[in-house]
Amino acid sequence: MEKDIEALLTEHAFFKRMPAPYLALVAGCGKNVRFAAGQLLARTGDPANEFFALRHGRVTIELHSAERGPLILQTVEAGDLAGWSWLFPPHYWKFDVRALDEVRAISFDGECLRGKCERDSAMGYDFMKRFARVFMERLEAARLQLLDIYGNIPR
Amino acid sequence: MEISLAEPMLTVPFRVRKNRKETSDTRTLELAKPDGSAAPAWQPGQFMMLYVFGAGEIPISVSGDPAKRETLIHTVRAVGDVSSAICQAKPGSAIGVRGPFGSAWPVDRFEEQDIVLVAGGIGLAPLRPVLWTLMANRRRYGRVSLLVGARTPDILLYRSEMYRWRKRDIDVRVTVDAAAPGCQGSVGPVTTLIPRTEFDASHAAAFIVGPEIMMRFVVRALAQRGIPTDRLFVSMERNMKCALGFCGHCQLGPTFICKDGPVLSYAQLEPWLAIRNA
Amino acid sequence: MARIASENLIPFLLNVLRGRGYTCIGPTVRDGAIVYEEIRSEQDLPIGFTDEQDGGTYRLKKRDDEARFGYTVGPQSWKQYLFPPSTLLMQAQRTSDGFLAQAHTEQVPAYAFIGVRACDLNAIAIQDRTFLKGPYVDPTYKARREAAFIVVVNCGQAGRTCFCVSMETGPLAKSGYDLALTEILEDGRHEFLVEVGSERGDAVAREFPTRPANDDDGNAAQRMVDRAVAQMGRKMDTAGIKDLLYRNMDHPRWEDVAARCLSCANCTMVCPTCFCSTVEDVTDLTGDHTERWRRWDSCFTASHSYVHGGSVRPTTLSRYRQWMTHKLATWIDQFDTSGCVGCGRCITWCPVGIDITEEVRAIQETDRGKGH
Repeated sequence: MEKDIEALLTEHAFFKRMPAPYLALVAGCGKNVRFAAGQLLARTGDPANEFFALRHGRVTIELHSAERGPLILQTVEAGDLAGWSWLFPPHYWKFDVRALDEVRAISFDGECLRGKCERDSAMGYDFMKRFARVFMERLEAARLQLLDIYGNIPR
Repeated sequence: MEISLAEPMLTVPFRVRKNRKETSDTRTLELAKPDGSAAPAWQPGQFMMLYVFGAGEIPISVSGDPAKRETLIHTVRAVGDVSSAICQAKPGSAIGVRGPFGSAWPVDRFEEQDIVLVAGGIGLAPLRPVLWTLMANRRRYGRVSLLVGARTPDILLYRSEMYRWRKRDIDVRVTVDAAAPGCQGSVGPVTTLIPRTEFDASHAAAFIVGPEIMMRFVVRALAQRGIPTDRLFVSMERNMKCALGFCGHCQLGPTFICKDGPVLSYAQLEPWLAIRNA
Repeated sequence: MARIASENLIPFLLNVLRGRGYTCIGPTVRDGAIVYEEIRSEQDLPIGFTDEQDGGTYRLKKRDDEARFGYTVGPQSWKQYLFPPSTLLMQAQRTSDGFLAQAHTEQVPAYAFIGVRACDLNAIAIQDRTFLKGPYVDPTYKARREAAFIVVVNCGQAGRTCFCVSMETGPLAKSGYDLALTEILEDGRHEFLVEVGSERGDAVAREFPTRPANDDDGNAAQRMVDRAVAQMGRKMDTAGIKDLLYRNMDHPRWEDVAARCLSCANCTMVCPTCFCSTVEDVTDLTGDHTERWRRWDSCFTASHSYVHGGSVRPTTLSRYRQWMTHKLATWIDQFDTSGCVGCGRCITWCPVGIDITEEVRAIQETDRGKGH
């Protein structure tokens, strides 16, 4: 089963050009998961010990609001990642993650992966660099959304 | 010797045939010559100067099918006095037309290549004529993608036409900055659609229209995917009074947006856009 | 073949030109300055007057002779006649189902410009490129330009703000005129060297008394021009100036000049090549009649660069930089020539005496891009 995960990771954009030994290590923490459209992958407040590399389908990052229902902040496409609360304590999901389409993903055990990164710092560094890029892209996207560029001209 | 001073500053009255509401602040007008003769020929990317009696004149891109010459289609967003007056023009009333002016999208330069169209907000209006041209000659081009960004789903333009574009093998993907609860579409800036857009960067060109900030981020994302800046084209907007290259208002560095543009390659614009308040 | 006319040339010249239907426009004193207005007789000329100019300074002074053209340039240029400050383009009136628009027509005035300086002659040639050589032709400019009869008067002196030598636009006019005069005024001698530059200039010259010019006359005329060269008040090193300004768009000097600039737009009004205009659609009180006017405008106004949301150039710095880099740099990419003719008017008529030659020198001396 692990071999399958490793093969799937080589096809995933986040793991592009990751050295084979690291891929093998990472794959050891991963498993295949599947969600139907509309299903929650993660729920605000739940313990966060996993993240997802999306292989097929989109998810929405949402916040539940009592009066207004689910507030959609962003959608994340296949080839991208969802979930970063497993990285730093407190390990709780800050947002809901919901499948917009039928989703096939690889779920990674957070504790397993944190442990491997601590023990093999070279692999840990490679992994963190990739994650840092995700943060950067999400922040850039969030800033663009904040500017409301199609509405009034930002001052 | 008597001469007419006004050519080419003379506006010609056209009749409003239709005025269709697109969103809360945007309308699409269909204009026809009162005597029924054909409107002037124009190319995708060009604009007309539209005049409202007593209000003034502004540049608006033509957004119809360039092969259809009987009428002119303009999608207008009400942001000022004149644009608001145009949006309120009732069928049967008159709008003055002068033009066409400006440069066109270089569609025929990229036959057999992949075309990426990126539209933000009202930017889809000056790109729609390109879609008609591409659909009429679909086999001459490679992969064609249309990425659309808008503020919210209810202000997406031409939604009902998107299925038609998809049927002609155009990959149409839409994203909004802010969604209503239960929204079934993508949420996020239009740049987030680019990673999953398929094209061969060495044989592709992109046409981009939207707020300047959006255009800059989109250009950067496409350039990072390998499309060189001389194959990234944008439509620029500046203050325009004459549209003839005389009044000087529309200059960006040495470029007159009205006659050298509005369609320009990013390679040409880049050094000037990098200077603040140039 | 140059000729010599006596000091009484001007009355003859005015008569001949008027007889051919020209309205003679020439220098005259008004409100303490030498301006260009209709000249009906020689007495309208600023006889015996000169001007003293410097940054933010202009004064008329009496000379101790009867020179007809013993000054340099005043606040006006010939653009006000070829590219009038206000031009009616179109009239429209409301009808029951819309409106009717008509182009405004006018009788084209036939002007004879008397006393065109070499710098201003170059400025006309530069404006020709804007209004006649692009994808569109301005009908007003074209008609007036073709009708205009140009009588150059070469400079026999230069002012403290002149730098036509640096811009290679003077003080001697080389071509592009109908007639060129050089006022020879020395040692009790007062005559005019007359050079013909066109067929219609030749036809006019034949109608007033002249004698052929000899070497002595040629030398005398040359001495007048040499004096102008020697008196040039300013200098500008234009070698590589376009690239110099392109690579110094963030130079701190712009902040320095912006702190002084009042954004008053004087420089653009007096500059003989500035061509910015605006289009105004104005309605009468009934709301049933509108007129479309073209009026002079200036890139120093806040609304010049307005797009919905705000002005692209909201600061004095950005607007001053726009004016200067357009004049000296982007103009070259647009029209294959500098936009500056070295007439010095912008220096003289700037209320705070900003000197375009000094601004260029300051950037040259601390060129950010040096060595790149």
